Amino acid sequence: MSLPDGLAAAAAPVAPIPRGDDGAPVFSAPWEAQAFALTLALHERGLFTWKEWASALAEEIKRAQAAGDPDDGSTYYRHWLATIERLAAAKGVASEAALAERREAWHRAAHATPHGLPILLENDPLARA
Amino acid sequence: MDDHHHHSHDHHHGHDHSELSDIELRVRALESILVEKGYVDPAAIDVLVETYETKVGPRNGGKVVAKAWADPSYRDWLRKDATAAIASLGFTGRQGEHMVAVENTPQEHNMVVCTLCSCYPWPVLGLPPVWYKSAPYRSRAVIDPRGVLKEFGVELPETTRIRVWDSTAEIRYLVLPMRPEGTQGWSEEALADLVTRDSMIGTGLALRPDQMVAA
Repeated sequence: MSLPDGLAAAAAPVAPIPRGDDGAPVFSAPWEAQAFALTLALHERGLFTWKEWASALAEEIKRAQAAGDPDDGSTYYRHWLATIERLAAAKGVASEAALAERREAWHRAAHATPHGLPILLENDPLARA
Repeated sequence: MDDHHHHSHDHHHGHDHSELSDIELRVRALESILVEKGYVDPAAIDVLVETYETKVGPRNGGKVVAKAWADPSYRDWLRKDATAAIASLGFTGRQGEHMVAVENTPQEHNMVVCTLCSCYPWPVLGLPPVWYKSAPYRSRAVIDPRGVLKEFGVELPETTRIRVWDSTAEIRYLVLPMRPEGTQGWSEEALADLVTRDSMIGTGLALRPDQMVAA
């Protein structure tokens, strides 16, 4: 499956998306594909344009490099995820505080879930209180 | 956002509970809020992941399987110490997890369940299929493995025993599928193309030469 044209064109000058010989994106872990899919869905929903997204990604990479990012491609989707988080906060969809709180909830939910069962947010012991 | 945030929680890996990495927590947190607020539909996300996951980076397991088919001494090593045999090809997991290879024979077919947390050895197998994460698959695979296989289009002779393996945080399984007929003399590279992800988790068989898509 090739990339949506707008996305490929927007990402190219900033940080080209890692792709295989056939042009399809290559992920090195399941969460990367998840972050990728979220971005496509949010764009489709109209939360941001590809141009907007690309300039946010560029900023994110600059910030990471200033903080000592290896800049070898291994952290590509970390920047990508940080970009969606930042855009979601800027658009008033999910504040940093809300994201942090929700991460803790997922962590508690995972710990309360016996190995082998699906991890559901409802399993967070505090959610049931 | 601080990328170097670390949880103060105790990250021990037991059998009793599940574990998500910091980055998985971030993705889940983001997605669940977006879903609640109606910005994304989880089913649409699954479809997108499935669409793009067909071309996944590391699927090194195919090379492992092909080498085992072509080289009996490697196959013996793989069956005795899969962790070392797989590492010898340069494929290692992030957490140094223990790999076990289970070999399919005409008498016995192996199938792996559970990839719900971080147990799934994606450096070897590539991304897990979306359906694999569902509770019904796992519970049904344990109760009625033959029925589940049939749904995947795999019908095994009644005389073939089916064994179901449940991955844990410490042990991950790789199914060594049977080498298809009509592949004598094939190079390891050509053989590796016959090894599908599903054949390495036991919900499929390796492709026959006539099933290869004309490239």
